[in-house]
Amino acid sequence: MMAMSKIVRTVSNLLYFFILIFGFYIVMHGHLTPGGGFQGGAVLASAIALIIVAHGIEKAKKFYSEFSLTSCESLGLVLFISLAFLGIFMTFFYNFLSPGAQPAIPIFSTEPPLGPNLGNLNTGGVIPLMNIAVGIEVIGGLGAIVYVMFRGGKK
Amino acid sequence: MRNAVAGVALLVMAAFLFYAAVEMHSFGSPAYSDMDDYFIENAQKETGANNVVTSIVFDYRGFDTLGEATVLFTAVAGTTAVFKKRREKK
Repeated sequence: MMAMSKIVRTVSNLLYFFILIFGFYIVMHGHLTPGGGFQGGAVLASAIALIIVAHGIEKAKKFYSEFSLTSCESLGLVLFISLAFLGIFMTFFYNFLSPGAQPAIPIFSTEPPLGPNLGNLNTGGVIPLMNIAVGIEVIGGLGAIVYVMFRGGKK
Repeated sequence: MRNAVAGVALLVMAAFLFYAAVEMHSFGSPAYSDMDDYFIENAQKETGANNVVTSIVFDYRGFDTLGEATVLFTAVAGTTAVFKKRREKK
Protein backbone atom coordinates (compact mmCIF):
# COMPACT_ATOMS: atom_id res chain seq x y z
CA MET A 1 0.00 0.00 0.00
CA MET A 2 1.47 3.34 -1.07
CA ALA A 3 1.46 6.43 1.12
CA MET A 4 -1.03 9.17 0.34
CA SER A 5 -0.19 12.73 -0.74
CA LYS A 6 1.86 15.13 1.33
CA ILE A 7 -1.19 17.21 2.34
CA VAL A 8 -2.95 14.18 3.81
CA ARG A 9 0.19 13.04 5.61
CA THR A 10 0.83 16.46 7.18
CA VAL A 11 -2.77 16.93 8.32
CA SER A 12 -2.93 13.43 9.77
CA ASN A 13 0.35 14.01 11.62
CA LEU A 14 -1.19 17.15 13.15
CA LEU A 15 -4.54 15.54 14.00
CA TYR A 16 -3.01 12.38 15.48
CA PHE A 17 -2.15 13.94 18.86
CA PHE A 18 -5.49 15.70 19.21
CA ILE A 19 -7.38 12.47 18.50
CA LEU A 20 -5.22 10.66 21.07
CA ILE A 21 -5.90 13.32 23.72
CA PHE A 22 -9.63 13.27 22.98
CA GLY A 23 -9.73 9.48 23.22
CA PHE A 24 -7.85 9.37 26.53
CA TYR A 25 -10.19 12.08 27.85
CA ILE A 26 -13.25 10.01 26.94
CA VAL A 27 -11.77 6.91 28.59
CA MET A 28 -10.72 8.74 31.79
CA HIS A 29 -14.02 10.63 32.22
CA GLY A 30 -16.18 7.60 31.47
CA HIS A 31 -17.85 7.74 34.89
CA LEU A 32 -18.61 11.48 34.66
CA THR A 33 -19.55 12.31 31.08
CA PRO A 34 -21.13 10.35 28.22
CA GLY A 35 -18.71 7.83 26.81
CA GLY A 36 -16.56 5.17 28.41
CA GLY A 37 -14.06 2.50 27.62
CA PHE A 38 -15.60 1.21 24.40
CA GLN A 39 -16.19 4.62 22.85
CA GLY A 40 -12.84 6.08 23.86
CA GLY A 41 -11.04 2.96 22.68
CA ALA A 42 -12.76 3.28 19.30
CA VAL A 43 -11.58 6.91 19.03
CA LEU A 44 -8.01 5.84 19.86
CA ALA A 45 -8.16 3.03 17.31
CA SER A 46 -9.31 5.56 14.70
CA ALA A 47 -6.04 7.45 15.32
CA ILE A 48 -4.11 4.25 14.52
CA ALA A 49 -6.25 3.73 11.40
CA LEU A 50 -5.54 7.32 10.31
CA ILE A 51 -1.78 6.79 10.52
CA ILE A 52 -1.97 3.46 8.70
CA VAL A 53 -4.13 4.85 5.88
CA ALA A 54 -2.14 8.08 5.44
CA HIS A 55 1.40 6.69 5.65
CA GLY A 56 0.94 3.22 4.26
CA ILE A 57 1.52 -0.05 6.05
CA GLU A 58 5.29 -0.12 5.45
CA LYS A 59 5.89 3.00 7.54
CA ALA A 60 3.23 2.10 10.11
CA LYS A 61 5.09 -1.17 10.77
CA LYS A 62 7.78 0.88 12.53
CA PHE A 63 5.30 2.12 15.15
CA TYR A 64 2.83 -0.72 15.58
CA SER A 65 3.18 -4.46 15.31
CA GLU A 66 0.59 -7.17 15.39
CA PHE A 67 2.15 -8.54 18.56
CA SER A 68 1.91 -5.26 20.48
CA LEU A 69 -1.70 -4.63 19.45
CA THR A 70 -2.99 -8.13 20.20
CA SER A 71 -1.09 -8.26 23.50
CA CYS A 72 -2.70 -4.89 24.39
CA GLU A 73 -6.06 -6.51 23.81
CA SER A 74 -5.31 -9.59 25.90
CA LEU A 75 -3.88 -7.41 28.68
CA GLY A 76 -7.06 -5.31 28.80
CA LEU A 77 -9.30 -8.36 28.98
CA VAL A 78 -7.17 -9.94 31.74
CA LEU A 79 -7.24 -6.66 33.72
CA PHE A 80 -11.03 -6.46 33.36
CA ILE A 81 -11.63 -10.02 34.53
CA SER A 82 -9.17 -9.73 37.42
CA LEU A 83 -10.86 -6.49 38.57
CA ALA A 84 -14.14 -8.39 38.52
CA PHE A 85 -12.58 -11.24 40.52
CA LEU A 86 -11.13 -8.86 43.14
CA GLY A 87 -14.63 -8.38 44.54
CA ILE A 88 -15.24 -12.12 44.76
CA PHE A 89 -15.44 -12.00 48.58
CA MET A 90 -18.92 -10.47 48.11
CA THR A 91 -20.02 -11.32 44.57
CA PHE A 92 -18.53 -11.48 41.10
CA PHE A 93 -18.33 -7.85 39.76
CA TYR A 94 -18.75 -6.39 43.26
CA ASN A 95 -17.79 -2.70 43.33
CA PHE A 96 -15.34 -3.05 46.23
CA LEU A 97 -14.15 0.58 46.05
CA SER A 98 -17.59 2.24 46.05
CA PRO A 99 -18.55 4.69 48.86
CA GLY A 100 -20.72 2.16 50.67
CA ALA A 101 -18.36 -0.82 50.46
CA GLN A 102 -17.46 -2.25 53.84
CA PRO A 103 -13.63 -2.54 53.96
CA ALA A 104 -13.28 1.15 53.11
CA ILE A 105 -10.38 1.78 50.70
CA PRO A 106 -9.89 5.51 50.04
CA ILE A 107 -9.29 5.22 46.29
CA PHE A 108 -11.94 6.50 43.87
CA SER A 109 -14.46 6.39 46.73
CA THR A 110 -15.65 9.96 47.32
CA GLU A 111 -19.44 10.06 47.49
CA PRO A 112 -20.83 12.57 44.98
CA PRO A 113 -23.78 14.83 45.87
CA LEU A 114 -27.13 13.61 44.59
CA GLY A 115 -28.37 15.06 41.32
CA PRO A 116 -26.51 17.09 38.71
CA ASN A 117 -23.13 18.35 39.89
CA LEU A 118 -19.68 19.26 38.69
CA GLY A 119 -17.83 16.01 38.24
CA ASN A 120 -15.15 14.81 40.65
CA LEU A 121 -12.62 12.46 39.06
CA ASN A 122 -12.04 10.71 42.40
CA THR A 123 -15.41 8.92 42.41
CA GLY A 124 -16.92 5.80 40.96
CA GLY A 125 -15.22 2.87 42.70
CA VAL A 126 -13.87 0.34 40.23
CA ILE A 127 -15.74 1.91 37.29
CA PRO A 128 -12.83 4.18 36.17
CA LEU A 129 -10.40 1.26 36.44
CA MET A 130 -12.71 -0.96 34.40
CA ASN A 131 -13.08 1.85 31.85
CA ILE A 132 -9.30 2.00 31.48
CA ALA A 133 -9.09 -1.79 31.13
CA VAL A 134 -11.80 -1.89 28.45
CA GLY A 135 -10.16 1.10 26.71
CA ILE A 136 -6.85 -0.78 26.49
CA GLU A 137 -8.69 -3.81 25.16
CA VAL A 138 -10.66 -1.91 22.50
CA ILE A 139 -7.67 0.10 21.22
CA GLY A 140 -5.73 -3.13 20.84
CA GLY A 141 -8.60 -5.06 19.27
CA LEU A 142 -9.83 -2.54 16.70
CA GLY A 143 -6.26 -1.44 15.93
CA ALA A 144 -5.26 -5.05 15.32
CA ILE A 145 -8.23 -5.59 12.98
CA VAL A 146 -7.34 -2.50 10.89
CA TYR A 147 -3.61 -3.32 10.90
CA VAL A 148 -4.03 -6.96 9.92
CA MET A 149 -6.55 -6.25 7.17
CA PHE A 150 -4.30 -3.55 5.69
CA ARG A 151 -1.25 -5.78 5.77
CA GLY A 152 -2.99 -8.56 3.91
CA GLY A 153 -2.24 -12.24 4.09
CA LYS A 154 0.75 -12.57 1.79
CA LYS A 155 4.26 -12.71 3.07
CA MET B 1 -52.05 -17.76 -5.23
CA ARG B 2 -48.74 -16.52 -3.92
CA ASN B 3 -49.82 -12.92 -4.39
CA ALA B 4 -53.02 -13.55 -2.45
CA VAL B 5 -51.11 -15.10 0.48
CA ALA B 6 -48.62 -12.25 0.46
CA GLY B 7 -51.44 -9.67 0.38
CA VAL B 8 -53.23 -11.26 3.34
CA ALA B 9 -49.97 -11.41 5.32
CA LEU B 10 -49.30 -7.76 4.53
CA LEU B 11 -52.80 -6.75 5.66
CA VAL B 12 -52.47 -8.65 8.96
CA MET B 13 -49.04 -7.14 9.57
CA ALA B 14 -50.30 -3.62 8.80
CA ALA B 15 -53.30 -4.12 11.09
CA PHE B 16 -51.00 -5.16 13.96
CA LEU B 17 -48.73 -2.18 13.34
CA PHE B 18 -51.65 0.25 13.29
CA TYR B 19 -53.03 -1.28 16.50
CA ALA B 20 -49.63 -0.95 18.18
CA ALA B 21 -49.28 2.66 17.00
CA VAL B 22 -52.73 3.57 18.38
CA GLU B 23 -52.19 1.79 21.70
CA MET B 24 -48.67 3.20 22.23
CA HIS B 25 -47.82 4.84 25.55
CA SER B 26 -47.31 8.57 25.35
CA PHE B 27 -43.73 9.80 25.45
CA GLY B 28 -42.15 9.75 28.92
CA SER B 29 -44.63 7.41 30.61
CA PRO B 30 -43.54 3.79 30.23
CA ALA B 31 -45.72 0.95 31.48
CA TYR B 32 -43.31 -0.26 34.17
CA SER B 33 -40.74 2.18 35.55
CA ASP B 34 -39.78 0.62 38.89
CA MET B 35 -36.26 -0.30 37.80
CA ASP B 36 -35.63 3.09 36.14
CA ASP B 37 -36.71 4.89 39.31
CA TYR B 38 -34.42 2.67 41.40
CA PHE B 39 -31.41 3.41 39.19
CA ILE B 40 -32.09 7.16 39.08
CA GLU B 41 -32.48 7.38 42.86
CA ASN B 42 -29.75 5.01 44.06
CA ALA B 43 -27.08 4.66 41.35
CA GLN B 44 -25.08 7.74 42.39
CA LYS B 45 -25.23 6.76 46.06
CA GLU B 46 -24.32 3.11 45.57
CA THR B 47 -21.61 3.29 42.93
CA GLY B 48 -20.40 6.88 43.31
CA ALA B 49 -20.39 7.53 39.56
CA ASN B 50 -22.18 10.56 38.11
CA ASN B 51 -22.89 8.82 34.81
CA VAL B 52 -25.76 6.46 35.56
CA VAL B 53 -25.45 4.72 32.18
CA THR B 54 -21.81 3.81 32.88
CA SER B 55 -22.69 2.66 36.40
CA ILE B 56 -25.28 0.29 34.92
CA VAL B 57 -22.95 -0.96 32.18
CA PHE B 58 -19.91 -1.54 34.40
CA ASP B 59 -21.46 -2.25 37.80
CA TYR B 60 -25.05 -3.50 37.83
CA ARG B 61 -24.68 -5.40 34.56
CA GLY B 62 -20.94 -5.96 34.47
CA PHE B 63 -21.46 -9.52 33.33
CA ASP B 64 -23.02 -8.21 30.12
CA THR B 65 -19.95 -6.04 29.50
CA LEU B 66 -17.75 -9.08 30.05
CA GLY B 67 -19.70 -10.80 27.27
CA GLU B 68 -19.21 -7.81 24.98
CA ALA B 69 -15.47 -7.83 25.63
CA THR B 70 -15.39 -11.55 24.86
CA VAL B 71 -17.24 -10.94 21.58
CA LEU B 72 -14.62 -8.35 20.59
CA PHE B 73 -11.82 -10.74 21.55
CA THR B 74 -13.35 -13.50 19.43
CA ALA B 75 -13.74 -11.14 16.46
CA VAL B 76 -10.09 -10.11 16.65
CA ALA B 77 -8.97 -13.72 17.02
CA GLY B 78 -10.94 -14.70 13.92
CA THR B 79 -9.69 -11.76 11.85
CA THR B 80 -6.05 -12.35 12.74
CA ALA B 81 -6.47 -16.05 11.96
CA VAL B 82 -7.95 -15.30 8.51
CA PHE B 83 -5.26 -12.72 7.65
CA LYS B 84 -2.40 -14.72 9.06
CA LYS B 85 0.93 -14.41 7.26
CA ARG B 86 1.60 -17.50 5.21
CA ARG B 87 4.16 -18.36 2.60
CA GLU B 88 2.93 -19.12 -0.90
CA LYS B 89 3.44 -22.70 -2.05
CA LYS B 90 5.96 -23.23 -4.78
